[in-house]
Amino acid sequence: MWGYIARRVLATVPVVAIVALVVFSILHVAPGDPAALIAGDQATPEQIAAIRAKLHLDLPIYQQFGLWLGNALAGDLGTSIFSNRPVAALFLQRLEPTVALTVTTTIVAVLLAVPAGVLAAWRSGSLVDRAVMGTAVLGFAFPVFVVGYILIYLFAMKLRLMPIQGYRPIAEGFWPCLQHLVLPSLALGLSFMALIARITRASVLEVLGQDHIRTARAKGLPTRRLLFHHALPNAAVPIVTIIGVGVALLLGGVVVTESVFAIPGVGRLVVDAILARDYPVIQGVLLIFSLTYVVVNLIVDLIYVAIDPRISYRGGS
Amino acid sequence: MRVLARRHPAVAGGVVILAVILIATLLAPWLAGHDPLFIDPLARLLPPSPQHWLGTDALGRDVWSRTVYGGRVSLVVGVAAAVIATGAGLLIGLVSGYSRIADALLMRVMDGLMSIPTILLAIALMAVVKASLATVVVAIAVVEVPRVVRLVRGVVLSVREQPYVEAAVVAGSSFGTILARHILPNTLAPVVVQATYICSAAILIESLLSFLGAGTPPEVASWGNIMAEGRIYFLVAPWIILAPGVVLAVTVLAINLVGDGVRDMLDPRFAKRI
Repeated sequence: MWGYIARRVLATVPVVAIVALVVFSILHVAPGDPAALIAGDQATPEQIAAIRAKLHLDLPIYQQFGLWLGNALAGDLGTSIFSNRPVAALFLQRLEPTVALTVTTTIVAVLLAVPAGVLAAWRSGSLVDRAVMGTAVLGFAFPVFVVGYILIYLFAMKLRLMPIQGYRPIAEGFWPCLQHLVLPSLALGLSFMALIARITRASVLEVLGQDHIRTARAKGLPTRRLLFHHALPNAAVPIVTIIGVGVALLLGGVVVTESVFAIPGVGRLVVDAILARDYPVIQGVLLIFSLTYVVVNLIVDLIYVAIDPRISYRGGS
Repeated sequence: MRVLARRHPAVAGGVVILAVILIATLLAPWLAGHDPLFIDPLARLLPPSPQHWLGTDALGRDVWSRTVYGGRVSLVVGVAAAVIATGAGLLIGLVSGYSRIADALLMRVMDGLMSIPTILLAIALMAVVKASLATVVVAIAVVEVPRVVRLVRGVVLSVREQPYVEAAVVAGSSFGTILARHILPNTLAPVVVQATYICSAAILIESLLSFLGAGTPPEVASWGNIMAEGRIYFLVAPWIILAPGVVLAVTVLAINLVGDGVRDMLDPRFAKRI
Protein backbone atom coordinates (compact mmCIF):
# COMPACT_ATOMS: atom_id res chain seq x y z
CA MET A 1 0.00 0.00 0.00
CA TRP A 2 2.78 2.49 0.86
CA GLY A 3 4.42 1.71 -2.43
CA TYR A 4 1.22 2.64 -4.26
CA ILE A 5 0.93 5.86 -2.26
CA ALA A 6 4.55 6.79 -2.97
CA ARG A 7 4.17 6.07 -6.70
CA ARG A 8 1.00 8.10 -6.87
CA VAL A 9 2.56 11.09 -5.06
CA LEU A 10 5.63 11.00 -7.30
CA ALA A 11 3.41 10.89 -10.39
CA THR A 12 1.99 14.31 -9.51
CA VAL A 13 5.42 15.99 -9.65
CA PRO A 14 5.67 16.20 -13.47
CA VAL A 15 2.02 17.30 -13.64
CA VAL A 16 2.68 20.11 -11.15
CA ALA A 17 5.77 21.13 -13.12
CA ILE A 18 3.76 21.35 -16.35
CA VAL A 19 0.99 23.30 -14.60
CA ALA A 20 3.55 25.81 -13.30
CA LEU A 21 5.04 26.12 -16.80
CA VAL A 22 1.64 26.65 -18.44
CA VAL A 23 0.53 29.22 -15.86
CA PHE A 24 3.82 31.11 -16.21
CA SER A 25 3.70 30.95 -20.01
CA ILE A 26 0.23 32.45 -20.39
CA LEU A 27 1.61 35.98 -20.14
CA HIS A 28 4.20 35.23 -22.81
CA VAL A 29 1.82 33.54 -25.25
CA ALA A 30 0.69 36.76 -26.85
CA PRO A 31 2.92 38.46 -29.40
CA GLY A 32 4.53 41.70 -28.39
CA ASP A 33 5.89 43.15 -25.18
CA PRO A 34 4.21 41.67 -22.07
CA ALA A 35 4.92 44.90 -20.15
CA ALA A 36 3.08 46.95 -22.78
CA LEU A 37 0.22 44.43 -22.70
CA ILE A 38 -0.14 44.83 -18.95
CA ALA A 39 0.26 48.62 -19.01
CA GLY A 40 -2.45 49.05 -21.63
CA ASP A 41 -2.81 51.14 -24.75
CA GLN A 42 -2.68 54.52 -22.94
CA ALA A 43 0.51 53.86 -20.97
CA THR A 44 3.61 56.03 -21.36
CA PRO A 45 7.05 54.50 -22.08
CA GLU A 46 8.05 55.30 -18.49
CA GLN A 47 5.08 53.38 -17.10
CA ILE A 48 5.85 50.42 -19.35
CA ALA A 49 9.49 50.47 -18.25
CA ALA A 50 8.44 50.58 -14.59
CA ILE A 51 6.20 47.52 -15.01
CA ARG A 52 8.96 45.72 -16.89
CA ALA A 53 11.38 46.30 -14.03
CA LYS A 54 8.81 45.47 -11.32
CA LEU A 55 7.91 42.10 -12.88
CA HIS A 56 11.51 41.31 -13.95
CA LEU A 57 10.37 41.12 -17.58
CA ASP A 58 13.79 42.44 -18.66
CA LEU A 59 15.44 39.16 -17.64
CA PRO A 60 15.81 36.13 -19.97
CA ILE A 61 12.67 34.04 -19.90
CA TYR A 62 14.25 31.02 -18.19
CA GLN A 63 15.49 33.31 -15.40
CA GLN A 64 12.03 34.83 -15.08
CA PHE A 65 10.54 31.34 -14.73
CA GLY A 66 13.17 30.26 -12.18
CA LEU A 67 12.63 33.41 -10.14
CA TRP A 68 8.85 33.09 -10.25
CA LEU A 69 8.89 29.38 -9.39
CA GLY A 70 11.41 29.81 -6.58
CA ASN A 71 9.36 32.59 -5.03
CA ALA A 72 6.14 30.58 -5.44
CA LEU A 73 7.68 27.58 -3.63
CA ALA A 74 8.64 29.93 -0.80
CA GLY A 75 5.06 31.22 -0.60
CA ASP A 76 5.72 34.52 -2.37
CA LEU A 77 3.27 34.82 -5.25
CA GLY A 78 4.32 38.35 -6.14
CA THR A 79 2.62 41.69 -5.64
CA SER A 80 -0.53 42.99 -7.26
CA ILE A 81 0.23 45.68 -9.83
CA PHE A 82 -2.86 47.69 -8.96
CA SER A 83 -3.34 47.29 -5.23
CA ASN A 84 0.38 46.85 -4.41
CA ARG A 85 -0.53 44.17 -1.89
CA PRO A 86 0.99 40.68 -1.79
CA VAL A 87 -0.98 38.23 -3.90
CA ALA A 88 -0.86 35.66 -1.10
CA ALA A 89 -2.47 38.15 1.32
CA LEU A 90 -5.17 39.03 -1.21
CA PHE A 91 -5.85 35.33 -1.74
CA LEU A 92 -6.12 34.55 1.98
CA GLN A 93 -8.39 37.51 2.52
CA ARG A 94 -10.82 36.20 -0.08
CA LEU A 95 -10.50 32.52 0.79
CA GLU A 96 -13.28 32.05 3.33
CA PRO A 97 -16.25 32.76 1.04
CA THR A 98 -14.88 30.49 -1.68
CA VAL A 99 -14.16 27.62 0.69
CA ALA A 100 -17.57 28.00 2.33
CA LEU A 101 -19.29 27.99 -1.06
CA THR A 102 -17.31 25.00 -2.38
CA VAL A 103 -17.80 22.90 0.77
CA THR A 104 -21.52 23.71 0.98
CA THR A 105 -21.99 22.92 -2.69
CA THR A 106 -20.17 19.58 -2.40
CA ILE A 107 -22.18 18.54 0.65
CA VAL A 108 -25.51 19.56 -0.90
CA ALA A 109 -24.65 17.88 -4.19
CA VAL A 110 -23.57 14.59 -2.61
CA LEU A 111 -26.51 14.48 -0.16
CA LEU A 112 -29.04 15.07 -2.94
CA ALA A 113 -27.48 13.32 -5.91
CA VAL A 114 -26.23 10.03 -4.44
CA PRO A 115 -29.61 8.96 -3.01
CA ALA A 116 -31.30 10.15 -6.22
CA GLY A 117 -28.91 8.05 -8.30
CA VAL A 118 -29.41 5.01 -6.05
CA LEU A 119 -33.18 5.42 -6.26
CA ALA A 120 -33.03 5.80 -10.05
CA ALA A 121 -30.98 2.59 -10.30
CA TRP A 122 -33.33 0.69 -7.94
CA ARG A 123 -36.37 1.85 -9.92
CA SER A 124 -34.65 1.60 -13.31
CA GLY A 125 -37.02 2.28 -16.21
CA SER A 126 -39.73 3.76 -13.99
CA LEU A 127 -41.08 7.29 -13.85
CA VAL A 128 -38.74 8.05 -10.94
CA ASP A 129 -35.75 6.96 -13.02
CA ARG A 130 -36.84 9.08 -15.98
CA ALA A 131 -37.46 12.10 -13.74
CA VAL A 132 -34.02 11.84 -12.11
CA MET A 133 -32.20 11.33 -15.40
CA GLY A 134 -34.25 14.01 -17.13
CA THR A 135 -33.33 16.48 -14.41
CA ALA A 136 -29.69 15.42 -14.81
CA VAL A 137 -29.82 16.12 -18.55
CA LEU A 138 -31.27 19.57 -17.87
CA GLY A 139 -28.61 20.17 -15.25
CA PHE A 140 -25.88 19.80 -17.86
CA ALA A 141 -27.54 22.18 -20.29
CA PHE A 142 -28.17 25.20 -18.09
CA PRO A 143 -25.14 27.43 -17.50
CA VAL A 144 -24.38 28.25 -13.86
CA PHE A 145 -25.20 31.93 -14.20
CA VAL A 146 -28.57 31.28 -15.90
CA VAL A 147 -29.55 28.89 -13.10
CA GLY A 148 -28.35 31.46 -10.60
CA TYR A 149 -30.51 34.21 -12.04
CA ILE A 150 -33.54 31.92 -12.30
CA LEU A 151 -33.14 30.97 -8.63
CA ILE A 152 -32.74 34.65 -7.67
CA TYR A 153 -35.85 35.54 -9.66
CA LEU A 154 -37.99 32.79 -8.11
CA PHE A 155 -36.78 32.49 -4.52
CA ALA A 156 -35.41 35.94 -3.78
CA MET A 157 -37.46 38.35 -5.88
CA LYS A 158 -40.84 36.63 -6.14
CA LEU A 159 -41.07 34.41 -3.01
CA ARG A 160 -38.65 36.52 -0.92
CA LEU A 161 -37.38 33.39 0.87
CA MET A 162 -33.68 34.00 0.35
CA PRO A 163 -31.40 37.04 0.06
CA ILE A 164 -30.73 38.19 -3.49
CA GLN A 165 -26.97 38.50 -3.31
CA GLY A 166 -24.07 38.95 -0.94
CA TYR A 167 -22.21 36.97 1.66
CA ARG A 168 -22.12 36.95 5.46
CA PRO A 169 -18.89 35.70 7.09
CA ILE A 170 -19.21 32.76 9.44
CA ALA A 171 -18.14 35.07 12.29
CA GLU A 172 -21.47 36.89 11.92
CA GLY A 173 -23.39 33.69 12.61
CA PHE A 174 -23.79 30.25 11.06
CA TRP A 175 -27.39 30.70 9.90
CA PRO A 176 -26.92 34.09 8.15
CA CYS A 177 -23.84 32.64 6.41
CA LEU A 178 -25.76 29.52 5.35
CA GLN A 179 -28.75 31.55 4.22
CA HIS A 180 -26.56 33.48 1.79
CA LEU A 181 -25.03 30.25 0.49
CA VAL A 182 -28.22 28.29 -0.29
CA LEU A 183 -28.98 29.76 -3.71
CA PRO A 184 -25.33 29.97 -4.85
CA SER A 185 -24.76 26.34 -3.79
CA LEU A 186 -27.81 25.14 -5.70
CA ALA A 187 -26.79 27.11 -8.80
CA LEU A 188 -23.19 25.97 -8.69
CA GLY A 189 -24.06 22.42 -7.72
CA LEU A 190 -26.73 21.66 -10.33
CA SER A 191 -24.38 20.32 -13.00
CA PHE A 192 -22.30 18.62 -10.28
CA MET A 193 -25.45 16.91 -8.96
CA ALA A 194 -26.34 15.83 -12.48
CA LEU A 195 -22.93 14.25 -12.95
CA ILE A 196 -22.97 12.46 -9.58
CA ALA A 197 -26.54 11.19 -10.09
CA ARG A 198 -25.73 9.76 -13.53
CA ILE A 199 -22.55 8.02 -12.40
CA THR A 200 -24.21 6.73 -9.22
CA ARG A 201 -27.10 5.30 -11.20
CA ALA A 202 -24.84 3.59 -13.74
CA SER A 203 -22.51 2.23 -11.08
CA VAL A 204 -25.25 0.97 -8.73
CA LEU A 205 -27.17 -0.53 -11.65
CA GLU A 206 -24.14 -2.59 -12.53
CA VAL A 207 -23.73 -3.80 -8.95
CA LEU A 208 -27.43 -4.63 -8.56
CA GLY A 209 -27.07 -7.24 -11.30
CA GLN A 210 -24.40 -9.14 -9.40
CA ASP A 211 -24.82 -12.43 -7.56
CA HIS A 212 -24.24 -11.17 -4.04
CA ILE A 213 -27.13 -8.72 -4.41
CA ARG A 214 -29.36 -11.49 -5.70
CA THR A 215 -28.39 -13.56 -2.67
CA ALA A 216 -29.06 -10.68 -0.29
CA ARG A 217 -32.45 -10.12 -1.87
CA ALA A 218 -33.26 -13.86 -1.64
CA LYS A 219 -32.35 -13.75 2.05
CA GLY A 220 -35.03 -11.10 2.52
CA LEU A 221 -32.84 -8.16 3.48
CA PRO A 222 -34.70 -4.82 3.79
CA THR A 223 -34.34 -2.67 0.69
CA ARG A 224 -32.56 0.19 2.47
CA ARG A 225 -29.91 -2.16 3.93
CA LEU A 226 -29.48 -3.90 0.60
CA LEU A 227 -28.96 -0.63 -1.26
CA PHE A 228 -26.82 1.33 1.21
CA HIS A 229 -24.87 -1.49 2.91
CA HIS A 230 -24.30 -3.87 0.03
CA ALA A 231 -24.81 -2.11 -3.30
CA LEU A 232 -23.52 1.39 -2.68
CA PRO A 233 -20.12 0.48 -1.07
CA ASN A 234 -19.36 -1.78 -4.04
CA ALA A 235 -20.35 0.98 -6.44
CA ALA A 236 -18.35 3.60 -4.56
CA VAL A 237 -15.15 3.80 -6.61
CA PRO A 238 -16.57 5.57 -9.71
CA ILE A 239 -18.73 7.77 -7.46
CA VAL A 240 -15.72 8.88 -5.41
CA THR A 241 -13.83 9.51 -8.68
CA ILE A 242 -16.52 11.75 -10.04
CA ILE A 243 -16.80 13.68 -6.79
CA GLY A 244 -13.09 14.39 -6.99
CA VAL A 245 -13.24 15.25 -10.70
CA GLY A 246 -16.25 17.43 -9.97
CA VAL A 247 -14.10 19.68 -7.79
CA ALA A 248 -12.56 20.96 -11.02
CA LEU A 249 -16.03 21.81 -12.28
CA LEU A 250 -16.67 23.65 -9.04
CA LEU A 251 -13.42 25.62 -9.16
CA GLY A 252 -14.36 26.92 -12.59
CA GLY A 253 -18.01 27.47 -11.69
CA VAL A 254 -17.08 29.33 -8.49
CA VAL A 255 -15.71 32.13 -10.65
CA VAL A 256 -19.07 32.73 -12.31
CA THR A 257 -21.22 32.04 -9.24
CA GLU A 258 -19.36 34.61 -7.16
CA SER A 259 -19.92 37.17 -9.91
CA VAL A 260 -23.67 36.47 -10.06
CA PHE A 261 -24.23 36.47 -6.30
CA ALA A 262 -21.69 39.22 -5.50
CA ILE A 263 -19.69 36.97 -3.18
CA PRO A 264 -16.27 38.51 -2.44
CA GLY A 265 -14.29 35.32 -2.93
CA VAL A 266 -11.22 34.19 -4.85
CA GLY A 267 -13.27 33.71 -8.03
CA ARG A 268 -14.17 37.37 -8.19
CA LEU A 269 -10.58 38.27 -7.31
CA VAL A 270 -9.26 36.41 -10.34
CA VAL A 271 -11.96 37.74 -12.70
CA ASP A 272 -11.28 41.33 -11.61
CA ALA A 273 -7.54 40.67 -12.01
CA ILE A 274 -8.00 39.26 -15.52
CA LEU A 275 -10.13 42.19 -16.64
CA ALA A 276 -7.54 44.59 -15.17
CA ARG A 277 -4.64 42.51 -16.51
CA ASP A 278 -3.11 42.21 -13.05
CA TYR A 279 -0.85 39.32 -14.06
CA PRO A 280 0.82 38.56 -10.72
CA VAL A 281 -2.67 37.96 -9.25
CA ILE A 282 -3.76 35.94 -12.31
CA GLN A 283 -0.71 33.71 -12.18
CA GLY A 284 -0.83 33.27 -8.40
CA VAL A 285 -4.51 32.35 -8.20
CA LEU A 286 -4.40 30.14 -11.30
CA LEU A 287 -1.45 28.25 -9.81
CA ILE A 288 -3.23 27.71 -6.49
CA PHE A 289 -6.48 26.59 -8.16
CA SER A 290 -4.61 24.13 -10.37
CA LEU A 291 -2.56 22.73 -7.50
CA THR A 292 -5.78 22.31 -5.50
CA TYR A 293 -7.21 20.24 -8.34
CA VAL A 294 -4.08 18.08 -8.52
CA VAL A 295 -4.09 17.54 -4.74
CA VAL A 296 -7.80 16.69 -4.68
CA ASN A 297 -7.29 14.09 -7.42
CA LEU A 298 -4.37 12.67 -5.46
CA ILE A 299 -6.51 12.41 -2.32
CA VAL A 300 -9.28 10.72 -4.33
CA ASP A 301 -6.79 8.17 -5.65
CA LEU A 302 -5.53 7.51 -2.13
CA ILE A 303 -9.09 7.10 -0.83
CA TYR A 304 -9.52 4.31 -3.42
CA VAL A 305 -7.12 2.17 -1.42
CA ALA A 306 -9.30 2.54 1.64
CA ILE A 307 -12.48 1.75 -0.29
CA ASP A 308 -11.11 -1.03 -2.49
CA PRO A 309 -7.93 -2.72 -1.17
CA ARG A 310 -7.54 -4.56 -4.48
CA ILE A 311 -6.41 -1.34 -6.12
CA SER A 312 -3.12 -1.18 -4.16
CA TYR A 313 -2.25 -4.73 -5.23
CA ARG A 314 -2.87 -3.93 -8.90
CA GLY A 315 -0.35 -1.11 -8.60
CA GLY A 316 -0.07 2.10 -10.65
CA SER A 317 -2.78 4.70 -11.05
CA MET B 1 -35.92 9.34 -38.46
CA ARG B 2 -39.13 7.44 -37.66
CA VAL B 3 -37.13 4.60 -36.13
CA LEU B 4 -35.13 7.14 -34.11
CA ALA B 5 -38.32 8.87 -32.93
CA ARG B 6 -39.79 5.55 -31.87
CA ARG B 7 -36.74 4.21 -30.05
CA HIS B 8 -35.27 7.50 -28.77
CA PRO B 9 -37.93 10.20 -28.60
CA ALA B 10 -35.62 12.46 -26.60
CA VAL B 11 -32.93 12.33 -29.29
CA ALA B 12 -35.51 12.96 -32.01
CA GLY B 13 -36.73 15.93 -29.99
CA GLY B 14 -33.17 17.24 -29.80
CA VAL B 15 -32.78 16.97 -33.57
CA VAL B 16 -36.04 18.85 -34.13
CA ILE B 17 -35.17 21.60 -31.63
CA LEU B 18 -31.71 22.05 -33.11
CA ALA B 19 -33.16 22.21 -36.62
CA VAL B 20 -35.65 24.89 -35.53
CA ILE B 21 -32.87 26.95 -33.90
CA LEU B 22 -30.61 26.62 -36.94
CA ILE B 23 -33.39 27.65 -39.30
CA ALA B 24 -34.36 30.56 -37.02
CA THR B 25 -30.80 31.89 -36.97
CA LEU B 26 -30.48 31.51 -40.75
CA LEU B 27 -33.78 33.36 -41.26
CA ALA B 28 -32.88 36.02 -38.67
CA PRO B 29 -33.31 38.99 -41.04
CA TRP B 30 -36.93 37.92 -41.65
CA LEU B 31 -37.79 36.57 -38.19
CA ALA B 32 -36.23 39.28 -36.06
CA GLY B 33 -38.70 42.06 -36.78
CA HIS B 34 -36.35 44.79 -35.54
CA ASP B 35 -32.79 45.86 -36.23
CA PRO B 36 -30.76 44.29 -33.37
CA LEU B 37 -28.49 47.34 -33.25
CA PHE B 38 -31.22 50.00 -33.37
CA ILE B 39 -31.12 52.14 -30.23
CA ASP B 40 -34.42 53.62 -29.09
CA PRO B 41 -34.04 55.65 -25.86
CA LEU B 42 -37.83 56.00 -25.58
CA ALA B 43 -38.26 52.21 -25.43
CA ARG B 44 -35.76 51.39 -22.67
CA LEU B 45 -36.37 48.38 -20.40
CA LEU B 46 -39.86 47.62 -21.71
CA PRO B 47 -41.38 44.28 -20.63
CA PRO B 48 -42.42 41.66 -23.21
CA SER B 49 -45.30 42.86 -25.38
CA PRO B 50 -46.77 42.27 -28.86
CA GLN B 51 -44.41 44.95 -30.23
CA HIS B 52 -41.35 43.52 -28.44
CA TRP B 53 -41.82 39.79 -27.84
CA LEU B 54 -38.99 39.52 -25.31
CA GLY B 55 -38.95 43.15 -24.20
CA THR B 56 -36.18 45.68 -24.69
CA ASP B 57 -32.83 46.27 -23.04
CA ALA B 58 -31.27 49.34 -21.44
CA LEU B 59 -30.65 50.98 -24.83
CA GLY B 60 -34.13 50.23 -26.16
CA ARG B 61 -32.90 47.43 -28.43
CA ASP B 62 -35.32 44.57 -29.08
CA VAL B 63 -34.23 41.52 -27.06
CA TRP B 64 -35.95 38.98 -29.37
CA SER B 65 -34.08 40.35 -32.41
CA ARG B 66 -30.78 40.35 -30.56
CA THR B 67 -31.40 36.81 -29.31
CA VAL B 68 -32.13 35.53 -32.82
CA TYR B 69 -29.06 37.25 -34.30
CA GLY B 70 -27.00 36.28 -31.27
CA GLY B 71 -27.71 32.64 -32.05
CA ARG B 72 -25.62 33.00 -35.22
CA VAL B 73 -22.58 34.11 -33.22
CA SER B 74 -22.95 31.45 -30.55
CA LEU B 75 -23.51 28.62 -33.04
CA VAL B 76 -20.58 29.73 -35.22
CA VAL B 77 -18.33 29.81 -32.15
CA GLY B 78 -19.56 26.39 -31.06
CA VAL B 79 -19.08 24.70 -34.42
CA ALA B 80 -15.75 26.39 -35.19
CA ALA B 81 -14.29 25.56 -31.77
CA ALA B 82 -15.49 21.95 -32.09
CA VAL B 83 -13.91 21.58 -35.54
CA ILE B 84 -10.57 23.08 -34.48
CA ALA B 85 -10.41 21.21 -31.16
CA THR B 86 -11.35 17.93 -32.82
CA GLY B 87 -8.87 18.36 -35.66
CA ALA B 88 -5.97 19.33 -33.44
CA GLY B 89 -6.86 16.73 -30.82
CA LEU B 90 -7.13 14.00 -33.43
CA LEU B 91 -3.70 14.79 -34.84
CA ILE B 92 -2.00 14.99 -31.44
CA GLY B 93 -3.85 11.93 -30.14
CA LEU B 94 -2.85 9.80 -33.14
CA VAL B 95 0.82 10.68 -32.72
CA SER B 96 0.68 10.27 -28.94
CA GLY B 97 -1.04 6.90 -29.11
CA TYR B 98 1.31 5.45 -31.69
CA SER B 99 4.68 6.83 -30.55
CA ARG B 100 5.73 6.03 -26.99
CA ILE B 101 8.32 8.80 -26.89
CA ALA B 102 5.88 11.43 -28.09
CA ASP B 103 3.26 9.99 -25.73
CA ALA B 104 5.44 10.48 -22.65
CA LEU B 105 5.84 14.20 -23.39
CA LEU B 106 2.43 14.99 -24.87
CA MET B 107 0.36 13.31 -22.15
CA ARG B 108 2.22 15.17 -19.39
CA VAL B 109 1.39 18.43 -21.18
CA MET B 110 -2.24 17.37 -21.61
CA ASP B 111 -2.46 16.34 -17.94
CA GLY B 112 -1.09 19.74 -16.97
CA LEU B 113 -3.60 21.56 -19.18
CA MET B 114 -6.49 19.50 -17.82
CA SER B 115 -5.42 20.36 -14.27
CA ILE B 116 -6.26 23.99 -14.85
CA PRO B 117 -9.99 24.72 -14.56
CA THR B 118 -11.31 25.15 -18.09
CA ILE B 119 -13.04 28.47 -17.68
CA LEU B 120 -10.05 29.98 -15.85
CA LEU B 121 -7.66 28.87 -18.59
CA ALA B 122 -9.98 30.25 -21.25
CA ILE B 123 -10.36 33.59 -19.43
CA ALA B 124 -6.60 33.83 -18.86
CA LEU B 125 -5.92 33.17 -22.56
CA MET B 126 -8.45 35.85 -23.52
CA ALA B 127 -6.69 38.27 -21.18
CA VAL B 128 -3.50 38.14 -23.24
CA VAL B 129 -5.02 38.58 -26.70
CA LYS B 130 -7.20 41.20 -28.35
CA ALA B 131 -10.82 40.11 -27.97
CA SER B 132 -12.44 39.00 -31.21
CA LEU B 133 -14.59 36.15 -32.46
CA ALA B 134 -11.50 34.35 -33.78
CA THR B 135 -9.56 34.59 -30.52
CA VAL B 136 -12.57 33.36 -28.55
CA VAL B 137 -12.84 30.34 -30.85
CA VAL B 138 -9.11 29.58 -30.53
CA ALA B 139 -9.11 30.02 -26.73
CA ILE B 140 -12.05 27.63 -26.34
CA ALA B 141 -10.51 25.12 -28.76
CA VAL B 142 -7.22 25.13 -26.82
CA VAL B 143 -8.93 24.19 -23.54
CA GLU B 144 -10.97 21.41 -25.18
CA VAL B 145 -8.09 19.78 -27.11
CA PRO B 146 -6.79 17.68 -24.16
CA ARG B 147 -10.09 15.80 -23.88
CA VAL B 148 -10.00 14.82 -27.56
CA VAL B 149 -6.34 13.85 -27.29
CA ARG B 150 -7.07 11.50 -24.39
CA LEU B 151 -9.99 9.93 -26.21
CA VAL B 152 -8.10 9.39 -29.47
CA ARG B 153 -5.01 8.14 -27.66
CA GLY B 154 -7.11 5.56 -25.82
CA VAL B 155 -8.56 4.25 -29.07
CA VAL B 156 -5.16 4.19 -30.76
CA LEU B 157 -3.60 2.27 -27.86
CA SER B 158 -6.21 -0.47 -28.20
CA VAL B 159 -6.27 -0.57 -32.02
CA ARG B 160 -2.49 -0.64 -32.55
CA GLU B 161 -2.30 -4.07 -30.85
CA GLN B 162 -4.77 -5.57 -33.30
CA PRO B 163 -3.47 -8.31 -35.65
CA TYR B 164 -4.25 -6.34 -38.81
CA VAL B 165 -2.09 -3.43 -37.63
CA GLU B 166 0.76 -5.81 -36.81
CA ALA B 167 0.34 -7.34 -40.26
CA ALA B 168 0.58 -3.89 -41.85
CA VAL B 169 3.79 -3.19 -39.93
CA VAL B 170 5.28 -6.53 -40.98
CA ALA B 171 4.26 -5.87 -44.59
CA GLY B 172 6.35 -2.68 -44.50
CA SER B 173 3.61 -0.04 -44.46
CA SER B 174 4.86 3.40 -43.50
CA PHE B 175 3.97 5.14 -40.25
CA GLY B 176 1.68 7.56 -42.08
CA THR B 177 -0.09 4.83 -44.03
CA ILE B 178 -0.77 2.79 -40.89
CA LEU B 179 -2.15 5.82 -39.08
CA ALA B 180 -4.27 7.03 -41.98
CA ARG B 181 -5.56 3.73 -43.32
CA HIS B 182 -5.81 1.45 -40.29
CA ILE B 183 -5.99 3.51 -37.11
CA LEU B 184 -7.72 6.76 -38.07
CA PRO B 185 -10.98 5.13 -39.29
CA ASN B 186 -11.40 3.48 -35.86
CA THR B 187 -11.12 6.80 -34.06
CA LEU B 188 -13.73 8.65 -36.12
CA ALA B 189 -16.86 7.37 -34.39
CA PRO B 190 -15.96 8.39 -30.82
CA VAL B 191 -14.40 11.62 -32.12
CA VAL B 192 -17.61 12.60 -33.92
CA VAL B 193 -19.57 12.01 -30.71
CA GLN B 194 -17.03 14.02 -28.71
CA ALA B 195 -17.24 16.84 -31.28
CA THR B 196 -20.94 17.32 -30.56
CA TYR B 197 -20.24 17.56 -26.83
CA ILE B 198 -17.40 20.02 -27.51
CA CYS B 199 -19.78 22.13 -29.58
CA SER B 200 -22.23 22.42 -26.67
CA ALA B 201 -19.39 23.05 -24.22
CA ALA B 202 -17.97 25.74 -26.51
CA ILE B 203 -21.31 27.54 -26.68
CA LEU B 204 -21.49 27.45 -22.87
CA ILE B 205 -17.91 28.66 -22.44
CA GLU B 206 -18.42 31.51 -24.93
CA SER B 207 -21.49 32.64 -23.02
CA LEU B 208 -19.56 32.46 -19.74
CA LEU B 209 -16.61 34.39 -21.15
CA SER B 210 -18.85 37.07 -22.59
CA PHE B 211 -20.88 37.24 -19.39
CA LEU B 212 -17.70 37.90 -17.42
CA GLY B 213 -16.54 40.49 -19.94
CA ALA B 214 -13.71 38.41 -21.36
CA GLY B 215 -15.39 37.01 -24.46
CA THR B 216 -16.62 38.37 -27.76
CA PRO B 217 -16.36 42.17 -28.11
CA PRO B 218 -19.36 44.04 -26.62
CA GLU B 219 -20.56 45.24 -30.04
CA VAL B 220 -21.11 41.61 -31.10
CA ALA B 221 -24.61 40.44 -30.12
CA SER B 222 -23.85 37.01 -28.69
CA TRP B 223 -26.10 35.43 -26.06
CA GLY B 224 -23.42 35.93 -23.43
CA ASN B 225 -23.04 39.63 -24.26
CA ILE B 226 -26.80 40.20 -24.16
CA MET B 227 -26.93 38.64 -20.70
CA ALA B 228 -23.84 40.56 -19.54
CA GLU B 229 -25.49 43.84 -20.52
CA GLY B 230 -28.62 42.85 -18.62
CA ARG B 231 -26.85 42.07 -15.34
CA ILE B 232 -27.15 45.43 -13.65
CA TYR B 233 -30.82 45.74 -14.67
CA PHE B 234 -31.85 42.26 -13.52
CA LEU B 235 -34.02 43.46 -10.66
CA VAL B 236 -36.13 45.69 -12.96
CA ALA B 237 -35.80 43.85 -16.28
CA PRO B 238 -35.11 40.15 -15.68
CA TRP B 239 -36.16 39.21 -19.24
CA ILE B 240 -32.88 40.57 -20.66
CA ILE B 241 -31.03 37.71 -18.97
CA LEU B 242 -33.71 35.04 -18.71
CA ALA B 243 -34.83 35.01 -22.35
CA PRO B 244 -31.45 34.44 -24.06
CA GLY B 245 -30.45 32.26 -21.09
CA VAL B 246 -33.31 29.84 -21.65
CA VAL B 247 -32.68 29.80 -25.42
CA LEU B 248 -29.00 29.07 -24.74
CA ALA B 249 -29.90 26.21 -22.38
CA VAL B 250 -32.38 24.70 -24.84
CA THR B 251 -29.77 24.85 -27.62
CA VAL B 252 -27.12 23.17 -25.47
CA LEU B 253 -29.65 20.55 -24.38
CA ALA B 254 -30.59 19.83 -28.00
CA ILE B 255 -26.94 19.45 -29.04
CA ASN B 256 -26.27 17.11 -26.08
CA LEU B 257 -29.29 14.99 -27.01
CA VAL B 258 -28.11 14.81 -30.62
CA GLY B 259 -24.68 13.78 -29.35
CA ASP B 260 -26.27 11.01 -27.28
CA GLY B 261 -28.15 9.89 -30.38
CA VAL B 262 -25.03 9.86 -32.54
CA ARG B 263 -23.22 7.87 -29.84
CA ASP B 264 -26.02 5.28 -29.72
CA MET B 265 -26.26 5.03 -33.51
CA LEU B 266 -22.51 4.46 -33.82
CA ASP B 267 -22.65 1.82 -31.06
CA PRO B 268 -22.72 -1.59 -32.80
CA ARG B 269 -25.17 -2.91 -30.22
CA PHE B 270 -27.70 -0.24 -31.14
CA ALA B 271 -27.06 -0.62 -34.88
CA LYS B 272 -27.87 -4.35 -34.71
CA ARG B 273 -31.23 -3.62 -33.10
CA ILE B 274 -32.13 -1.42 -36.08
